[in-house]
Amino acid sequence: MTATTWTRKDLLGIQDLTAEEITFVLDTAAAFKQVGKRTIKKVPSLRGKTLVNLFIEPSTRTRTSFELAAKRLSADVINIAASASSITKGETLKDTALNLEALHADIIVIRHSAAGAPHFLAKHLKASVINAGDGAHEHPTQALLDAFTIREKKGHIAGLNVTILGDILYSRVARSNIWLLTKLGARVTLAGPSTLVPRVFEQFGCRVTYDIEEAIRDADVINLLRIQHERQCKTMFPSIGEYAAMFGLNKERFARTKPDALIMHPGPINRGVEIDSEVADCSRSVILEQVTNGLAVRMAVLFLCARGL
Amino acid sequence: MKTVVILDAAAVDRAVVRMAHEIVEHNQKPEMLAFVGIRTHGAPLARRLATKVGEICNRTFPVGELDVSMHRDDLDLRDTPPAVGASHIIFDVDDKTIVLVDDVLFKGRTIRAAMDELNDFGRPQCIQLAVLVDRGHRELPIRADFVGKNVPTALSEQVKVFLTEVDGKDEVLL
Repeated sequence: MTATTWTRKDLLGIQDLTAEEITFVLDTAAAFKQVGKRTIKKVPSLRGKTLVNLFIEPSTRTRTSFELAAKRLSADVINIAASASSITKGETLKDTALNLEALHADIIVIRHSAAGAPHFLAKHLKASVINAGDGAHEHPTQALLDAFTIREKKGHIAGLNVTILGDILYSRVARSNIWLLTKLGARVTLAGPSTLVPRVFEQFGCRVTYDIEEAIRDADVINLLRIQHERQCKTMFPSIGEYAAMFGLNKERFARTKPDALIMHPGPINRGVEIDSEVADCSRSVILEQVTNGLAVRMAVLFLCARGL
Repeated sequence: MKTVVILDAAAVDRAVVRMAHEIVEHNQKPEMLAFVGIRTHGAPLARRLATKVGEICNRTFPVGELDVSMHRDDLDLRDTPPAVGASHIIFDVDDKTIVLVDDVLFKGRTIRAAMDELNDFGRPQCIQLAVLVDRGHRELPIRADFVGKNVPTALSEQVKVFLTEVDGKDEVLL
């Protein structure tokens, strides 16, 4: 893809991106990753622009990552958490956003518990809108940083076996990852308790299995997802202990994975539940590199969407 | 508009050799020299100059590449974003004499961006500028220390540089 075909001002999800657009973001991110290794880790690309982190749902990793990414591009950053804003006084999301735009915000990074909230804002605002997670729908920058990490470690994505293990039903990370990886030609396997991995996901073009041994055996990449207690309105499995015993990636299961299989996790990790400490801290675990790469990917996304506003 | 060959392959080579000699003459401490080319066409030129200067001084010099996209001052004026590449400088630039290399010197804005990008890697002792063609029309107070050929041009004209490493041949057209 050439630069002239990127025309988006918003990044709302992976579903409507083309494989070429995804690859272009990953290539751009590679350039921005290098900025983090310099003496001066800051470039002036978004100087004079203002970014608002509008986090209606809590986050530390993603919010910090967007804030640092914006600062490294020389933008000014304001953080708004729902609990400390006028949303508690009954202001609607649209009014909050219009007020931010009236203050000349150029980029609004939004996390919201309702799927579609970023799309709604993008329709009403001239500002660039970046989805930092909407309900159980999409988390596009997480999928992009996961793909960036896989591509960096494996050299390519097409043809790889990627297993996503855990709470798929409530996971926006899973959905964005499935769309991205299948667009780039990976074979995606979903595994976990049947209550959290419904067969309907086969419609996304991936494989569903409840046999964890089989799911991890041929995997080139194993992406572990946290159990999203906060989104589950009822218990989806008997106990945390039983989940760990049945589906956790412990030392014994890890020993049966391919010797070069990557272990990934979007964080926050629950040690002893979906992943054992020995596995989380082993040399094949790229969990912290995912965090580093997240910064580069978010710099690339902000640069591509906000430039020219 | 009719295109004219202003430098053929032999003339490009002669210009590079002459600039290499000027660089040696101009720098009393060749051990401090390093070459940094601006992508795309400055990068192979920097490698050629480093090789030629190396032959004269009987030593090898560090060579790096710069992508200036992140420091451009026209990002907001473009319809679409540029394809950004990573700069590649794996040597310590502190206290070095950096010869910055590009194919064409025109408005000077790329050189301004390149100097800002270079300073993000450290603090060179000094920066010198070598260009294959200086076509005039500066918009910033920048001048080249080493010039392959000065070519007076009209603003409407285009200078097109071809280099073997990128385009399969050495030629400069107006």
